[in-house]
Amino acid sequence: MGETEGKKDEADYKRLHNFPLVRHSDMPEEMRVETVELCVTACEKFSNNNESAAKMIKETMDKKFGSSWHVVIGEAFGFEITHEAKNLLYLYFGGTLAICVWKCS
Amino acid sequence: MFSASSKTPHKQPRKQSISIGRGTRKKDEDSGTEVGEGTDEWAQSKATVRPPDQLELTDAELKEEFTRILTANNPHAPQNIVRYNFKEGTYKLIGFVNQLAVHYTQVGNLIPKDSDEGRRQHYRDELVADSQESAKVVISETENLEEDEDPKELETEPGSQTVVPAAGAAEKVTEEELMTPKQPKERKLTNQFNFSERASQTFNNPLRDRECQMEPPPRTNFSATANQWEIYDAYVEELEKQEKTKEKEKAKTPVAKKTGKMAMRKLTSLESQTDDITKVSQAAKIVERMVNQNTYDDVAQDFKYYEDAADEYRDQEGTLLPLWKFQNDKAKRLSVTALCWNPKYRDLFAVGYGSYDFMKQSRGMLLLYSMKNPSFPEYMFSSNSGIMCLDIHVDHPYLVAVGHYDGNVAIYNLKKPHSQPSFLSSAKSGKHTDPVWQVKWQKDDMDQNLNFFSVSSDGRIVSWTLVKSELVHIDVIKLKVEGSTTEVPEGLQLHTVGCGTAFDFHKEIDYLFLVGTEEGKIYKCSKSYSSQFLDTYDAHNMAVDAVSWNPYHTKVFMSCSSDWTVKIWDHTIKTPMFIYDLNSAVGDVAWAPYSSTVFTAVTTDGKAHVFDLAINKYEAICNQPVVAKKKNKITHVQFNPIHPIIIVGDDRGHIICLKLSPNLRKMPKEKKGQEVQKGPAVEIAKLDKLLNLVREVKTKT
Repeated sequence: MGETEGKKDEADYKRLHNFPLVRHSDMPEEMRVETVELCVTACEKFSNNNESAAKMIKETMDKKFGSSWHVVIGEAFGFEITHEAKNLLYLYFGGTLAICVWKCS
Repeated sequence: MFSASSKTPHKQPRKQSISIGRGTRKKDEDSGTEVGEGTDEWAQSKATVRPPDQLELTDAELKEEFTRILTANNPHAPQNIVRYNFKEGTYKLIGFVNQLAVHYTQVGNLIPKDSDEGRRQHYRDELVADSQESAKVVISETENLEEDEDPKELETEPGSQTVVPAAGAAEKVTEEELMTPKQPKERKLTNQFNFSERASQTFNNPLRDRECQMEPPPRTNFSATANQWEIYDAYVEELEKQEKTKEKEKAKTPVAKKTGKMAMRKLTSLESQTDDITKVSQAAKIVERMVNQNTYDDVAQDFKYYEDAADEYRDQEGTLLPLWKFQNDKAKRLSVTALCWNPKYRDLFAVGYGSYDFMKQSRGMLLLYSMKNPSFPEYMFSSNSGIMCLDIHVDHPYLVAVGHYDGNVAIYNLKKPHSQPSFLSSAKSGKHTDPVWQVKWQKDDMDQNLNFFSVSSDGRIVSWTLVKSELVHIDVIKLKVEGSTTEVPEGLQLHTVGCGTAFDFHKEIDYLFLVGTEEGKIYKCSKSYSSQFLDTYDAHNMAVDAVSWNPYHTKVFMSCSSDWTVKIWDHTIKTPMFIYDLNSAVGDVAWAPYSSTVFTAVTTDGKAHVFDLAINKYEAICNQPVVAKKKNKITHVQFNPIHPIIIVGDDRGHIICLKLSPNLRKMPKEKKGQEVQKGPAVEIAKLDKLLNLVREVKTKT
């Protein structure tokens, strides 16, 4: 019984934690909102393929905000990056994914 | 052989000259003149054989010579061409006629050597011969083009003016180019239009390189780790935060729902109001009323339905049935100084508490009771000084104007839960220096500001206006005692100021009002005249306690005084119409709202007297002790506008509500078809009749 409850909790929290949670961002408000929406769309669309999701995000960001964006999507990674000021977004999504988007030409 | 002139005289040579030709001539091509000649010649020289159809001519005729001239004239050309001459406006014979006759034409392709075309061809032939070794494709092509063009040109030369210039220009350019290197000595060809080309080259600015390097956008480093536990932790934290904010929002919404009456009721506990009580307040109020109704059930039934059956037997007499009794602990020591029914809520009335005793002055109170809840007032206000009078605004039934013993006036707003008045006058704003005996609301002035009048013992009648949340006072009238001017050494006239104790405004004539004074006089005043009275009535021997206009009859008013009398006046006549002596100081009089002839008076011995002039002109039809203890003095009385009840206030702080028995409220019998509107008129007529009787009596006496 305990195990099933544990599983239920897990499933619960995954449901509960589905919303995009911005961990760190220094983008202007409007840009951030757009980017977050884009990431959500991409991850939902390519829920089983991080590479395609990242590709979609990167290409759209390039078109919208200028060239040389970089996107990393994953569940467990560490990173140290140099980014242009006011062009970084680091968010969690879907309870397990972490997405890091930054611009550096 | 063409033209031959006559060699011989006229007659002869003809035959010789034509002789050669004659042989070939046949008869059918003869012209008329030649017919005769042939016969002549043949007849003379030889043995002529005459054709059978030859003309027979005489010798003279045969010798006649005919001259023939051969000219170059075209025999077919007309000789008499006439053309219309526009200059002269007539037909004119043209002298010279073109005699050219074209026998044969052929278009040839010979061109003169010296013409342009000829020269061109000449050059071309030379070029072909020269340039076979160094033939450029371009040139040959152009030549081919030119050669192709040539036959065309030749053929269409008479009409080929348009083709030639195009070809010519092209040819000319190439020829010029070719010409300069090959035949420098030859003259330059110009095309048909003598076209000259000019070219020039402007000076090109030298090119220069410029470079600029912008500062690159600033860059910063960022590092983080993305792990499952980090993600989980972050989410949990976020959710907690969200929940907290939601809770805070929920906590803000249940603000204390203050139903004004309940809040006023629990003045002390207002500060420590918790959510629970306010939610229950409305329900509690209803329950309270229900409980009261149960307690006073019989009273309520009486109020509604009881009609004293005994009245049928008691002719011209009525009774007052006591109903509820309102009293409050806090107002126990105070006497009722003012009563007023609320114009909107017919069960609500306001009671002012104070003290008439000069020596014992304490605080005052304003309570509003509802008949539905006799045990506790709906609203409660306290003030520092005793309240002497009050009035509720007709249009704004939540505004109560109050006059104090210390001369201040205040306005209470029932909508607001404060226990303090909304507006209070002060020494600065012109308060009275003596107790305010009466206040009355007036209609809004021109600026829609609220205003009311007050009368006081300091002799001033003041109009107070509520301008932008401040009370502004205007002295309307200063009451002067007539004939009491004393001269001060400086020569000024000093008037003794009278003390006003009561006033009443006319129901219809806005500016007209009456003031009763302590000296016993009643002045009829107008708002527009501040120094003069319209009229004076020597009403009483003691202070006038109340004056009141009749609600129906515009001329009649009533006054009562501490000299035990109640007097009814017609304001046009200086002497009263009716005088009633009640054996005790009369505290208050009031007209009944339903009849012009009914009024009530209360005395300090605890009795209430009800009069109906239509029934009995000289005596009260009801004379009833209202207050149980004789120590209680009744101070005020008021009729309820719609219910057949009166409230009576005494000096112990009690208010008793009494119901009028049917005899007291007799209405004139109306026929079924009559409209209600005639009610007031009927009342007026009724009173008029009575007055006329009185007047007749007076004139007689």
